[in-house]
Amino acid sequence: MLTYIIRRLLLVPLLLFGVTVLIFSMLQFLGPVERSALYIRDVPRNDKQVQAIITHYGLDKPVHIQYWIWLVGKVEGTSGERRGGILFGDFGYSRTASEPVIDLIRTRFPNTLDLTIWAIAPVIFVGIWLGVQAAVHQNGFIDQAARIFSIIGTSFPTFVFGLLMLMIFYANLQWFPPGRVSDWANIVIHSEEFHQYTSLLTFDALLNGRFDIFLDALRHMAMPILTLSYISWATFLRVTRSSMLETLRMEYVITARAKGLPERDVIFKHAQPNAMIPVVTLAGFTVVGLLGGVVITETVFNYPGIGQAAADAAAQLDVITTLGFALFNGFILIVANLVVDVLYAVVDPRVRLS
Amino acid sequence: MTQTTPSGDNTLLSETVAVRDISRLERFLGPENYRIVTGLLKTPASIMGFVLIGLFIIIAIAAPLIAPPVNPKDPYKIPRDGFKSEPQPMMSPWTSKPPEVPFWYEAVMGTDQWVHILGTSQGQYDVFYGIIWGTRTAFRTGLIVTLATFLIGITIGSISAYYGGVVDNIIMRIVDIFLTLPFILAALILAAVLTPKIGKSLYPAIIALITFGWMGYARIIRGDILSIKERDYIMAARVIGVKDSRILFRHIIPNAIFPTLVLASLAVGDVVLSFAALSFLGIGTEVGYADWGQVLSFARNWITSLNTYWYIIVWPGLALVLYVMGFNLVGDALRDVLDPRMRGKS
Repeated sequence: MLTYIIRRLLLVPLLLFGVTVLIFSMLQFLGPVERSALYIRDVPRNDKQVQAIITHYGLDKPVHIQYWIWLVGKVEGTSGERRGGILFGDFGYSRTASEPVIDLIRTRFPNTLDLTIWAIAPVIFVGIWLGVQAAVHQNGFIDQAARIFSIIGTSFPTFVFGLLMLMIFYANLQWFPPGRVSDWANIVIHSEEFHQYTSLLTFDALLNGRFDIFLDALRHMAMPILTLSYISWATFLRVTRSSMLETLRMEYVITARAKGLPERDVIFKHAQPNAMIPVVTLAGFTVVGLLGGVVITETVFNYPGIGQAAADAAAQLDVITTLGFALFNGFILIVANLVVDVLYAVVDPRVRLS
Repeated sequence: MTQTTPSGDNTLLSETVAVRDISRLERFLGPENYRIVTGLLKTPASIMGFVLIGLFIIIAIAAPLIAPPVNPKDPYKIPRDGFKSEPQPMMSPWTSKPPEVPFWYEAVMGTDQWVHILGTSQGQYDVFYGIIWGTRTAFRTGLIVTLATFLIGITIGSISAYYGGVVDNIIMRIVDIFLTLPFILAALILAAVLTPKIGKSLYPAIIALITFGWMGYARIIRGDILSIKERDYIMAARVIGVKDSRILFRHIIPNAIFPTLVLASLAVGDVVLSFAALSFLGIGTEVGYADWGQVLSFARNWITSLNTYWYIIVWPGLALVLYVMGFNLVGDALRDVLDPRMRGKS
């Protein structure tokens, strides 16, 4: 297992390099003036000053030099302050949000994290449960219903489903509003006595003893969570079902039945743990995907996470900001994928013992 | 084992070895590919899928007859009826210069007054027109993107598999890098970067979807080639000194390509989904272009009153869902047919 983990670790710098090169090459579509927003807040209108900035940050130099400056930034001679440098977390200035991109990420990411935490249970466990039921009652009613459901589920584009949810549960029934919190709660959150312990809203609300705000936040997350669940159940169902069916045909399951174990124990104690191995990977990638910000779901429900911020910036053609989000996303995904792969090795005895 | 009575003619043998006619199609495709094709035509679900796809093909071809364009030179521009913001309900009459009334209209509706059959969306864009001509956009983008990703994918995948070793390793790591970013986010960014360069049109989104869409094909064809590469006839070709490129293009790829080809033909549905998502997010075509995602994106400004204006999401949404579902139904049957555990069963 150790060699597996080491080989996997060695892949990380390579992926980091690859992703930065990929994003850097997309930056090259911009002119030098637009790219100067990577280092300075306001691009001056004066041609001479612009030229000075371009020369100062090497925006007209060969690409490999530019790439290096982009990575580590440039330390100012007079103040000793570093400008730019994605490796130091400076992703440039956002034209549309008029603040540094990293600050925008810092305010938006906790919202995405909050949503991810609450979405995990309904997204993953319900899908797995459906898959197990479909496999155990193969070709029965549940199986057929699940199959039809999964075809319809994969055919529904996220945003169409989301808009329909908004139509039913917001416009018609007024149950679940879009956005993050109601206006009254927003005033409380930004007041003095509300402490930001974790900057995850639901947890902060609980820690502050404001149960009403907690419920309000959950109410606003209900529709995004439902949408995310709906679109991932089909996949979970399919993978769990086929893996479970395969396991149920194995000889050790027949042995378990032959020695007279109750069917419940055969399924849940003997078959299910082994059938879960491919599902664990899928679950890992799903969580990673959620963390990366779910662009469409967040946009439809106007949920202020990083996915919505990226989509907004892209729609206004603010490339520096969008690429900042892409970088952040790339970094998170590389690390999270590593964790998933290592965990997978721990779960699967075939990898663990090799 | 049941005891069979011995008799003059061997019934057992005649039952085991079925002597059957091999059709011309089967001879042309080979037994394995023939099984895929017949398997697809057998289940009711996949037949329903083919019917849906066929329906959309007919709509796409007959678009000028179903909804005649106002300006035949620019048919993808949805005709507007004024500039008012609020969507107008279904069956509301045209107030200003209606397009030509199509041939079927009088027979079905009983009048020759052209109305907004499915209402208008924000800015008085006719929803019905957008859906009909959006079908053409769907097929156009779907076919272009699928064809391009398919060609790039098989080229890269076959180079990777055929040469193996370092080349394979490098190419597969590049594939990993392209797969790191979430597909929609990556496509969104590239489209946003390209839009100022080449202007608002279908192309930024198409190029973006192609750039981040080829990796799946590369992986699949690579796997198939790796298994075919070991066959004896490839070894034989190599022994008699056939050139690398000839072995690859004449012997390996024709034998490995079929499953990938079928998968690609079904991706025409998925591509449209991603494309619609991009235009829904406001990236891609200019406002008023006949494209389902574009028509749906108007609804983003009317979320609070969707109970009144339900028709601006339900109809274009239905078109999109049925289109994708057609391909998914066939795809579902295909998964069963291609499942290795099903091989050898008919």
